[in-house]
Amino acid sequence: MDKKELEKLAHLARISISEEEAEDLQKDMEGILKYASQIQEFVTEKEEVQDRGHLCNVMRPDGEPHESGVYTDELLAQAPETERGYVKVKKILN
Amino acid sequence: MIDLNELTIAKAHKHLVSGDFSAKEITESYLENIEEKNSDINAYLEIFDDATTQAEEADKIIKTKGKETSALTGIPLAVKDNILIKGRTASCGSKILEPYKASYDATAIKKLRESGAIFLGRANMDEFAMGSSTENSAFGPTKNPHDTSRVPGGSSGGAAAAVAMDGALAALGSDTGGSVRQPASFCGVVGFKPTYGAVSRYGLVAMASSFDQIGLLTKTVEDTEIVFNTIKGHDPLDSTSVKSSKSEIINHKSEIKIGVPSFLSQKDTPLEKDVLDNFNTSLNKLKELGCGIKEIELSSMEYSLPVYYIIMPAEVSSNLARFDGMRYGLRTEGEDLFADYAYTRGKGFGAEVRRRILLGTYVLSAGYHDAYYKKAVSVQNVIRKECENVFEDVDIIATPTSPTPAFKLGERVSDPVSMYLSDVLTVFANISGFPAISIPSGTVERDGKSLPLGLQFTASHFRENVLFDAGKKFETAQGM
Repeated sequence: MDKKELEKLAHLARISISEEEAEDLQKDMEGILKYASQIQEFVTEKEEVQDRGHLCNVMRPDGEPHESGVYTDELLAQAPETERGYVKVKKILN
Repeated sequence: MIDLNELTIAKAHKHLVSGDFSAKEITESYLENIEEKNSDINAYLEIFDDATTQAEEADKIIKTKGKETSALTGIPLAVKDNILIKGRTASCGSKILEPYKASYDATAIKKLRESGAIFLGRANMDEFAMGSSTENSAFGPTKNPHDTSRVPGGSSGGAAAAVAMDGALAALGSDTGGSVRQPASFCGVVGFKPTYGAVSRYGLVAMASSFDQIGLLTKTVEDTEIVFNTIKGHDPLDSTSVKSSKSEIINHKSEIKIGVPSFLSQKDTPLEKDVLDNFNTSLNKLKELGCGIKEIELSSMEYSLPVYYIIMPAEVSSNLARFDGMRYGLRTEGEDLFADYAYTRGKGFGAEVRRRILLGTYVLSAGYHDAYYKKAVSVQNVIRKECENVFEDVDIIATPTSPTPAFKLGERVSDPVSMYLSDVLTVFANISGFPAISIPSGTVERDGKSLPLGLQFTASHFRENVLFDAGKKFETAQGM
């Protein structure tokens, strides 16, 4: 994994990393990936790839909504910045 | 003065009902003990200011209900910092959630509250439950009550240490790869991970959703059973919780058959010498108790840790995307919205969390997805099937919980893979969804100190009852 690749991952993951940290991270990730790559030696049959265990959809009836706004204040109290009942963020369009 | 060392939930309940002491008295005893020990151990991040008030409420219930009092009324508990209690901070051991206060109760908390249990405080943990030593907490490491130069294990290290130092009768933890059982083993207490889906995860901050389960740390198997029976069950708010309580339907045969993976005693065993000796002593005890012991082959088991370190970070990278400094928690300002996200996450998350998010982003990205994630999922299926086949033949798979006793603080911090290897015997239960329990199995000497070890039992899905039966038998043989 080179520096450019790491920077791309950090960008995708929305994480700022410093120059010196990038070096350590590169080394750590190579070590972990080397360890995890052991699974490449394991031979698996094709059908096992398709099987993701005991999976089924869990549905619920779309009914009995709570009254609009009853939780708004409580939830917004946790937001770093709010304005008139909304979460406030920086503008994304110039 | 109440002798906290001898106390269990079952015993405390009898004393509370017969009026030997009140919930207020027992709570005050724990608070005094915490006051004395916590500055050294750092098991708790916060002690709730209303603990005594909760106890007074419990005393009123005990007075009215008498012998009908629920087994947990007036029982003081510690709660891992990633399980939500309405109105309380739930920081997950992270800077990014340091300002966060929960706006609702987790289902497990709600059930415990309804049963009259007392919440003493928040237990320390590795940040977002990522770690095996509690050294990844943003609020300082927890120390092992048996030797304060050593780690308590992790990630539920604060919860395990709280129970081990007589700072609570039991604790709620979470177990994604061994995070309840490994610290239980290091601290000399019982640690239990239920079957995936047995306990609602509503209100547990997600790490790797296909593995996460709320687990328990207690002093005896009986206590684990009491708390588990209170918190288990289907919850419409967690779509992975299971409807039928199959564990009550299936009955095991009278003789418990125990399978022992052959690789444990082979030349390249991952176990330290005296850990293997202790394990063999435990097996002999189980044999004397009438359990059948059988060697089993689990050739895929050695791949469970590498599988875990692909699937888990993949899920981590997705689950932790929600922490962006917009709706809750920390926000670090940048020059634009993107910089707000990146600085908040760069500064708010610690090194291990950043590492796992990046790793997860890598294994899921185009070009690597097939080689890592897809391959890991297919190996996971093979491991699960192989274990299921083994469970056709035996009731329990027995191993030590960890290959070593508690290691020194700082010893493994700089080498992530050596830290991960601490979970080599616990993760297969998570990647297959099986229930598993760690029970104290004696001690070994290190630098003149006695350090606890744990014996781990794993059973097939929803066969918690066989774990409890075998666990209680083993405790009796240990003279507990």
